[in-house]
Amino acid sequence: MPVLWLSLIVVAISIVMFVSGRQRALRASGGDSRALHSLPNYYGTNALMKAIVPAFGVMILWLLAQPLILQNSVSGMIPDSMLTEGSTMGLVMSEVRRTADGLDNAVAAGFISAGDAASAGADPTTISNMLRDAGQVVTSDISQPILNAAQAYREMSATSSSLMTIVVLLLALAGGAWGTMQSGTEFRARNVVERGVLTILIAAASVAILTTIGIILSLIFNTVEFFRLYPAIDFFTLLEWSPSFSGRGGTSSLGILPLLWGTIYISIVALFVAVPVGLFSAIYLSEYATPRVRGIAKPLLEILAGIPTIVYGLFALLTIGPLLVSVFGEDGTGWMGGGRSVMTAGIAMGIMLIPFVSSLSDDIINAVPQSLRDGSYAIGATRSETIKQVVLPAALPGIVGAVLLAASRAIGETMIVVLGAGAAARLSLNPFEAMTTVTAKIVSQLTGDSDFASPEALVAFALGISLFVLTLGLNVFALYIVRKYREQYE
Amino acid sequence: MTDASLPASSDAPHRASLMQADARTQKRKAAEKRFRMYGIAGIATGIFFLIVLLVSIVSSGMGAFQQTFINVPVFLDPAKLDKNGNRDIEDIKKVSTFGYNPLIQDAVLQQIEQADIDTPLTKRKDMKALISASAAAQVRDTVIANPDLIGETVTFRILAASRVDGYLKDRVKREDVERDKNIDAAHLDIVDALVPLGVIQKTFNLAFITGADASESRAESAGIGVAMIGSLFMMLVVLVLALPIGVAASIYLEEFAPKNRWTDLIEVNIANLAAVPSIVFGILGLAVFIQFMHLPQSAPLVGGLVLTLMTLPTIIISTRASLKAVPPSIRDAALGVGASKMQSVFHHVLPLAAPGILTGTIIGLAQALGETAPLLLIGMVGFIASNAPDGIASGLLDPNSAMPAQIYEWAKRADPAYYERAWGGIIILLGFLISMNTLAVILRRRFERRW
Amino acid sequence: MNDMRIVERDVDTNNVKIAAKGVQVHYGDTHAIKDVDVEIQDKTVTAFIGPSGCGKSTFLRCINRMNDTIDIARVTGDIRIDGEDIYDPRVDPVQLRAKVGMVFQKPNPFPKSIYDNVAYGPRIHGLARNKAELDEIVEKSLRRGAIWDEVKDRLDAPGTGLSGGQQQRLCIARAVATEPEVLLMDEPCSALDPIATAQVEELIDELRRNYSVVIVTHSMQQAARVSQKTAFFHLGNLVEYGETGQIFTNPEDPRTESYITGRIG
Repeated sequence: MPVLWLSLIVVAISIVMFVSGRQRALRASGGDSRALHSLPNYYGTNALMKAIVPAFGVMILWLLAQPLILQNSVSGMIPDSMLTEGSTMGLVMSEVRRTADGLDNAVAAGFISAGDAASAGADPTTISNMLRDAGQVVTSDISQPILNAAQAYREMSATSSSLMTIVVLLLALAGGAWGTMQSGTEFRARNVVERGVLTILIAAASVAILTTIGIILSLIFNTVEFFRLYPAIDFFTLLEWSPSFSGRGGTSSLGILPLLWGTIYISIVALFVAVPVGLFSAIYLSEYATPRVRGIAKPLLEILAGIPTIVYGLFALLTIGPLLVSVFGEDGTGWMGGGRSVMTAGIAMGIMLIPFVSSLSDDIINAVPQSLRDGSYAIGATRSETIKQVVLPAALPGIVGAVLLAASRAIGETMIVVLGAGAAARLSLNPFEAMTTVTAKIVSQLTGDSDFASPEALVAFALGISLFVLTLGLNVFALYIVRKYREQYE
Repeated sequence: MTDASLPASSDAPHRASLMQADARTQKRKAAEKRFRMYGIAGIATGIFFLIVLLVSIVSSGMGAFQQTFINVPVFLDPAKLDKNGNRDIEDIKKVSTFGYNPLIQDAVLQQIEQADIDTPLTKRKDMKALISASAAAQVRDTVIANPDLIGETVTFRILAASRVDGYLKDRVKREDVERDKNIDAAHLDIVDALVPLGVIQKTFNLAFITGADASESRAESAGIGVAMIGSLFMMLVVLVLALPIGVAASIYLEEFAPKNRWTDLIEVNIANLAAVPSIVFGILGLAVFIQFMHLPQSAPLVGGLVLTLMTLPTIIISTRASLKAVPPSIRDAALGVGASKMQSVFHHVLPLAAPGILTGTIIGLAQALGETAPLLLIGMVGFIASNAPDGIASGLLDPNSAMPAQIYEWAKRADPAYYERAWGGIIILLGFLISMNTLAVILRRRFERRW
Repeated sequence: MNDMRIVERDVDTNNVKIAAKGVQVHYGDTHAIKDVDVEIQDKTVTAFIGPSGCGKSTFLRCINRMNDTIDIARVTGDIRIDGEDIYDPRVDPVQLRAKVGMVFQKPNPFPKSIYDNVAYGPRIHGLARNKAELDEIVEKSLRRGAIWDEVKDRLDAPGTGLSGGQQQRLCIARAVATEPEVLLMDEPCSALDPIATAQVEELIDELRRNYSVVIVTHSMQQAARVSQKTAFFHLGNLVEYGETGQIFTNPEDPRTESYITGRIG
């Protein structure tokens, strides 16, 4: 039974339970709801929650666990001989799954009879032809072990599904019945329901933690896998990045340093654009601008922050790049070979970061107490003297924090560098040369054709974890500085 | 207090009148002006960049909304299209687009002869460069939909080739054509001659907004419509998941969470998640949803899940701010008449905070709508999303693209005709973002409450 | 110290330092100061007293044009220092403020070293030609601020690290470092404990030798202790202005009497 239908039935059961739980409570009180401890709806909700929560909980766990368990039991059917020719268990299993899905779809569409699809004696070639006729994607001719495995897979998943349906429905009925039975004048339904709601709230708050755990685990597992195939020391120390296209490691040099250099170089260029512009804008907005000017200029600058990064990427590639080439390219100074370069990406990224720097600095400058400014004005300082010698020094830690946050943004930015910075990893000082970054390589290694289990693909996770640690470190440090700064004036 | 009893300030310099600024003051005033100018320059630079950005988007992208078409009467030759002459739909379907090409090319050639254009291009296959590769499919679809048309002459509005379109839009210059093997200067002469006759026409291109992506060589027929639907489904997933989870998490953290280590951990976590680079969420999606849970690649469902996780911190932060803005007196009042804490929150605090929550959610959605990097990793690029999904399940699970991913895909292609599409796509994307943000601003203005 | 002791001193009535005529101040729609006329003498401590919100601080801030920094404030009327209209368009408030120093309610040392706090004014006004002169100015100012002995060994320590009373005296030292002729004090003791208050009050009395001091205070006792002249403000009006002794013992206006006896305020 499809999950959707099962879910709908569980919902229907719980609605019935709501009504019956409520009715039972009313009956127990003799129709006078004042005799009840809680409002009648709470009794209904109690029954509803008891029907729906365990049922859905088990269903979700089941759906998560089913593929893992199935995979483990089916993988035993794959002979080792299939794993030799440059293939891995993961690849074979995905083919098994594809075949099983194909069979399912073909049966559903009526191309193959259910009996044919399941029969043990079915001929692999006929089946693959039938599948192809049915418009299912089948990579190659299906081999016998794969077909058998796929059939076993189908059978087991069918059994598992019907088992799940029965268990889930029983749980819903039993839970709902229990909740209904509880309804009575003495039962504190509201307290129970509220405890239940609180649990749901806590679960929702934990999603953030789960996300972090998910990020860390998925990065660590794959990175460990990568370091098993490729020496960690090379990854951190090699000055060369040249993945081989064959996808079997060996000849690849996967050193993070050139990528890190590109990342940092581009970020520096970006900060050179964003920090002066952003900081001076913030100073003007917070210290000089009349409310009217502020009301116009601030939202205008903040539009820059709302523009998606893909737009900046395209702007770098198609506007900034050609513009720079026309000045620094072959016809100009000759420093620049193509439109993609550190400068191209850096300038676009700098524009993107202007509102980020300006609004953070604006907040921070505004947090400098007015009494300090008054003190300075009262001595006869001009506004600019006050800003330069009193406000900015007082705001300095906060501004440093803001710049660090901007740097972390720059380091993690992807689309601008993918489109504007180029693809070649290079350790060079010329800002008009194309370089590449950690994020750009994560994209290219994971979207290319290379086999997912190869070091060329797995290296993306090692790059990812480096990026994660780097940006997280910068953020934590910057937030710490900003918080310390705020506390100083509170 | 002896220190203070220094000799009286007979040494105080007697200052000149206040009415005259001394040299030093004038210098300081000049410095003041300069500094002020730096500030103005900073803002001006920012706004200048904004204007350049918007101008280049609009000027490069508006072209995508116009397309060059050729209006030609095509004789649907029964001898070619229905060799058996029985009008059997199965037989007609057997004729592939290759069977239609000569008919269209003949029709165009006929137009040229009628217009009496002097051109060296007199052969049927010379016409290929003028006509889009998708024209044949268009004619074929019409014939299959209505087989009775065979034998008649029907006027079609077919797409012109991308080079022709580019020529009319000044993207393809005559001097470039010499090196272009797709088109010759003679073709451009024909175009120049046919435009005044109305045979070749540049008009509004609805297909760009509603249509699907096309293969690399057919830039003229690519549209962003299907990707738009992909984005729509992702936003649905984000809305359905991120809003309730985000609000529930915020209520817990703001109203119920005890001050302890665990709460601190969650708070620090959310603050840091908000700053994790989006590409890392893509890695998470790839590893957890696709590798581990075997959800289908390129599916809007997966895209939506990833974007949900990415948007949650934003929504939680803004929701908590709106909850915090509800004064404690409201809670106290509810508690004072005997409501439980839960009732005071759900009956009083939450409704009062609702406009703020909604605003934050819309802004979070807008952010998610423009996000590209994580979508690249879960495979929402690199293929041609040709068909609009035909239901909710297929919309969620079938491979699709998303607007920003589609734009990226176009930006990567070699044909400059696709750049125009990419800019055009950005105009549409920004159109959505502007409407969403305007809605958020209106909501905020309308319902903002000062306590 | 007897709280109600009235300082009897000779007042040099001939020397008018600040003359205000018909001063009106509006904050947006609020009419904060209504037609105030007052003449403040040189080398005198003048106290402004009155209930909260009566406009005494606002009037004080007119004298060195600190209200200029508030966008919505509008000042009309005529204020002259040494006969020069300070609201004349030719007057640069920057120069004016060097001549009219100010000390605020809450001590507001800059987040710099003690030395730099005091040297800030002389530096921006170019009062010292070299480091030695600057050192001298800093020392002299700190002595005038009656804080030299406490900080002379740690001039490099941050000014924010001092105690409240020390901070306020540092701010006074900072204000006198630019050699002002008038010193405005806006409730300089309200954030201080009684001991620090006594120190600052004693200092104010010393400062009278060199400056014309105008002090806004909440406390009538303080006004009585430190000032020779007292002005009583009420609801934006200057109700009564005269010798401190006379105001406290024999006020002419019934409102002044009510305030002094504690019935309004």
